[in-house]
Amino acid sequence: MSLAASLGRPERTASRHYVPRALQARRLSRAVFYLVLAGLAIYAIAPLVVVLFAALKSEQELAANPLGFPHHVLWSNFSAAWSQGNIGTGMRNSAILAGGTIVGVCIIAGLAAYAMARLDLPGGNGVIIYLVGVSALPIQLFLVPLFYLWSHLRLYNSLPGVIIIYCALFSPFATLLLRSFMVSLPRDYEEAARIDGASELRVLWRVTLRLVAPGFLTVALIAGLSAWNEFLIGITFLQSTNLQPVSVALYSFQQGYSQNDSLISAAGIIMLLPMLGLFLALQRHFIAGIATGGLGGD
Amino acid sequence: MTFRLVDAPARRGQDAKAADGVPVPGKHRWRWLRSWVFMVPLLAVNLLVIVVPSLEAVYYAFTNWTGYGSAKFTGFANFRMMFTSGEFWQACLHNVLWTIFFLIVPMAMGLAGAFMLSRITRFRALFRTLYFIPYVMATVVSSIIWENLLNPNGGIGSAIGFLANVSFFGNQKLALPSVAFVNNWQWWGFLVVMFLAAMQGTNPMLYEAAQIDGARTWGQFWHITLPSIRPVLMFLALMTIIWSFLVFDYIYIITQGGPNNATQVVGTLMYTEAFSDQAAGYASAMGLFLGVLAIIVVIIYTRIRRRGWNI
Repeated sequence: MSLAASLGRPERTASRHYVPRALQARRLSRAVFYLVLAGLAIYAIAPLVVVLFAALKSEQELAANPLGFPHHVLWSNFSAAWSQGNIGTGMRNSAILAGGTIVGVCIIAGLAAYAMARLDLPGGNGVIIYLVGVSALPIQLFLVPLFYLWSHLRLYNSLPGVIIIYCALFSPFATLLLRSFMVSLPRDYEEAARIDGASELRVLWRVTLRLVAPGFLTVALIAGLSAWNEFLIGITFLQSTNLQPVSVALYSFQQGYSQNDSLISAAGIIMLLPMLGLFLALQRHFIAGIATGGLGGD
Repeated sequence: MTFRLVDAPARRGQDAKAADGVPVPGKHRWRWLRSWVFMVPLLAVNLLVIVVPSLEAVYYAFTNWTGYGSAKFTGFANFRMMFTSGEFWQACLHNVLWTIFFLIVPMAMGLAGAFMLSRITRFRALFRTLYFIPYVMATVVSSIIWENLLNPNGGIGSAIGFLANVSFFGNQKLALPSVAFVNNWQWWGFLVVMFLAAMQGTNPMLYEAAQIDGARTWGQFWHITLPSIRPVLMFLALMTIIWSFLVFDYIYIITQGGPNNATQVVGTLMYTEAFSDQAAGYASAMGLFLGVLAIIVVIIYTRIRRRGWNI
């Protein structure tokens, strides 16, 4: 209680002379905190703003005025980048990859987490150790044999092939997250459904899923974000230009000979916008998932 | 009457628990099998994509495989080549430098940011959101941003006098720290969120007691905050070590290991060997090296966890 009070507003009525020294020091340190935190915020956001400005300038203006606000706002950069850089095709492919990965991961991890949390899976602890170990293995270790295997199975250079890889990479984390989520929920509703004679799949579908929906939202967000931003698998397993995800399309656009920094910036903003919007709209779920899962991202 | 009304639901709850713990005979026999059926998709995908190719990689590490066709067993030749290659050791050194950088800079920024956020009342959520935005950005996007900004012919360089004509990614001495700087920009906000979540679990009574004892801000951070978030701190430190040895994206996108191998790490070296130089067996040996390192770190992690984080 006293901590909350001491962190609250200083009383306005008190004259400066009567403010105890400790309180004065705390006020000073809090002002310093705010200054440093604001500085860090500028460090995090300013580069993004500068690139947004760059995306709205003509090439000539960018050369003359690299950092400032654009004088002639050029929205056409976005449509030019969309078509010239294959960004449109890349966005479509990435949407397919992210969507397929979300569906796959939710099904795979949902079933597994349900078995571990609710069906008293024999050997469940062994499975947890297995999943932690598998997610620690470096992609580089199995990349080359996987590439060979995928060419044999005709899964190389195909979107479903990459979706399967993403499902395998992201489902261990998703399973552990959903399991811990399910363990924390009471079993009473499910027991009631079972007593009423519902089958195991029906219990999962009608009862558990409804209760665990927030956990699934978190898993879907993290799996979707990871698939959208992924680069190494995308550039290795998708060769044709019309199948490339947006991350690879953007990379090739930037590496290409037409070094138009305005268009490249516009393309980067296009790729960023869907995830930024999703994050800002649902950030509580993102942050909850990352803080509890702790293994999110790459 | 009233006694019964209160008692009945409680007893029903007990019965449900009993039915759960002591299963009905006959139904129980197949229960283990049915629960494993739910695991089939996870295990199938995992075995196909991760486990089987990883085991294959262990085999190929001892062959002269090119990535296509058959492979001939060559014993430890790949490892001999790897451990006598100057390029490999140089790449390892860069990984070590990368690890040291990421154990210090983003950790310090994350701890400082989270601690200050835990001490303020207003704008906490806003700051947290702003810090976290770079983390949701793709590697490609943040690389593009910083390549634009640090381009000697435009961006900050041309706007701020003393930075003009400094080619951050083209200079052999500056390239590695510059790429690390870009990666850190995207990364440190994640650490703020992780540390802040851990710090909010700290018992506020401890801070109150410390204040009464006259501990200043620094003392509170050092004696209360840090010990209370030790599990998260250790977990992230060990993960940092693993991730630093596996780093690939930023270096591949920004410098491709150049200029003149100045940013070559084991991850990028391995990728070049496997996909450009057709030395898949040799690359598998490097992959095995990375895999063994990662497993050693995970074993250390589980050991420390079992001992309750008291190092």
